[in-house]
Amino acid sequence: MNQKITMAQALNQALRDALHADPTVLVFGEDVGPLGGVFRITDGLTAEFGEDRCFDTPLAESGIVGMAVGLAMNGFRPVVEMQFDAFAYPAFEQVVSHVAKLRNRTRGAVSLPLVIRVPYAGGIGGVEHHCDSSEAYYAHTPGLHVLAPSNAEDAYGLLRAAIASDDPVVLLEPKKLYWSKEEVDLTAAVPGIGRAVVRRPGTDATLVAYGPSVPTALEAAEVAAQEGRSLQVVDVRSIVPFDDETVCAAVRSTGRAVVVAEAAGFASVAAEIAARVSERCFHHLHAPVRRVTGFDIPYPPPKLEHLHLPSVDRILDAVDDLQWEDA
Amino acid sequence: MTAAIDALLPGEPVVLIDADGARTPDDAHELPAADSLVQAYRSLVTARRINDQAYALVRQGRLAVYPSSHGQEACQVAAAQVLGEDDWLFPTYRDTVAAVLRGVDPVGVLVLLKGDWHSGYDPYEHKVAPQATPLATQLLHAVGVAHAAQLRGEPAVVMALCGDGATSEGDFHEALNFAAVFGAPVVFFVQNNQYAISVPLARQSVAPSLAHKGIGYGIPGRRVDGNDVAALLSVLGAAVQRARDGEGPQLVEAHTYRMQAHTNADDATRYRADDEVAAWERRDPVRRIETYLRGAGLLDDATAAAFAAEAEQVAAQVRDGLNTDVTPRPDDLFDHVYARRTPQLDEQAALLADELAAEQAGE
Repeated sequence: MNQKITMAQALNQALRDALHADPTVLVFGEDVGPLGGVFRITDGLTAEFGEDRCFDTPLAESGIVGMAVGLAMNGFRPVVEMQFDAFAYPAFEQVVSHVAKLRNRTRGAVSLPLVIRVPYAGGIGGVEHHCDSSEAYYAHTPGLHVLAPSNAEDAYGLLRAAIASDDPVVLLEPKKLYWSKEEVDLTAAVPGIGRAVVRRPGTDATLVAYGPSVPTALEAAEVAAQEGRSLQVVDVRSIVPFDDETVCAAVRSTGRAVVVAEAAGFASVAAEIAARVSERCFHHLHAPVRRVTGFDIPYPPPKLEHLHLPSVDRILDAVDDLQWEDA
Repeated sequence: MTAAIDALLPGEPVVLIDADGARTPDDAHELPAADSLVQAYRSLVTARRINDQAYALVRQGRLAVYPSSHGQEACQVAAAQVLGEDDWLFPTYRDTVAAVLRGVDPVGVLVLLKGDWHSGYDPYEHKVAPQATPLATQLLHAVGVAHAAQLRGEPAVVMALCGDGATSEGDFHEALNFAAVFGAPVVFFVQNNQYAISVPLARQSVAPSLAHKGIGYGIPGRRVDGNDVAALLSVLGAAVQRARDGEGPQLVEAHTYRMQAHTNADDATRYRADDEVAAWERRDPVRRIETYLRGAGLLDDATAAAFAAEAEQVAAQVRDGLNTDVTPRPDDLFDHVYARRTPQLDEQAALLADELAAEQAGE
């Protein structure tokens, strides 16, 4: 059943459907109650489900995540919102030392079915501390699943899958895609956690991207097609667990790869993907795997962010560098 | 609002039985029932024996380290004794004894310090959370567990333990505030043993007392002599009852002393004087209640001997358990990271299995 909605509405619908489906699901965080969240992802939930199910908390991120750990230990499935990427850092110890480790610490006796939603990344003209791409911190922490949808349909499916998971999930929601309207089918099968998808077929080179970089990669592929080059686009969707099989099969099919991500490139998820692809596809590669990432700088102020973010041109320049025989 | 603030003020520490084992002239608090005091003494004897046994096992190399609660046993005993079966205990690394007194197998509790795994018991079996090593983080988990019970309408109460040093951590303050805002049934129990490893209380806080820290959050504070098990049973028991009755969290500070170093790896002579330790020796929590019980005719030699024998049995159980070498399963490294292994963990487990097989074949 297709409908035209935004990613924000899809996420809101996923929370609403999960709250309906399972009485142990709770939604809480800063301003998520009557206001509906600063991005309106929780719009109307308190009114519909009551203050016990969707509620505001004191303004303290460690407190929010720490309390979610206790609720998850004791029978609930909390879904918490960190208001912005960089505002999630006060919760870092709770995430790294407890959320990620409690199952392991207790050899499986305690599972933590909780979801940490993080509006993340830039491209919205946000001021400092509102545009970080923090995925590497979470991806580097064993025990967490880390997801980054690139469109409304996946946002719905991945959030439902995250809430249903018995493991903690960090859901990174690309802020700049919140308001893009798309034709979606919410009744479509939920993509499982851990599955990448080929978003656009292509034969000459593969662009590997996730979250906010996927639309940019698709745009680059469109431009390349007009110039006579066929670029395949793989949407990673699930950073952890990583779908080596789909990504590597795609890269092997073209023999060339560019990894695209907004985060600073050094020690990044893009670096890890490039390394994995190089290790696993070496004999199929005609050129070294390239990365197009943000610079290794603190996120820029609004008027300079366009220089930092991976652009269509920068992606196409990297593609041009992939040792083409006719070059 | 003055009245409201007055209700939050901690007042002087409650003492019911003084250092000489005599009942104090405190009319505001009733002495706990005789059978409760005898039970507390019985647990104290076991508690002291566990501490001494574990300390000895470190010297014998059977435990990597042991943060002893020697001197703080009255706090350990009372924290466990005031809880009902459906209540939860959130212990720290120094609260081995409280977990044991709640029913957890002592060998299981010591698994963390033995090094076989990070925790050695199922938290749901006795409603004892894994011992927390980071400071104050577990207090927020306690609030979550309490709020969960509250949402389901269950009467469970959560006893959340921490030390004086932990009251400086941000999570301590967030936990108090969250518990207060949600009216969560949590008793925050601070064992103020005067030192955070080497740093004395004066460098931790200049508040009138640690119990005063509740005031800013609208949580009543209470202070109690942490070496007087009778006073602890009274104050903690009242705090638990209050929480169970829906009146919200309370902050209880016990004044006690860590008689031994932080762990065996620490040298306490570098930061505290012998006469300070000797002064606290005279306030020993075990001797104090024993003197009182004998004077009141509630304890005779035969009963005391029976309790000592019982403690000896627990010590033997601890010794036997820790002298038994367990071969940790290499697969445990990969099996509990997620509910199901990721393909990457499958690969890594296979790599390790190959290495171990090759090693074995080479022998």
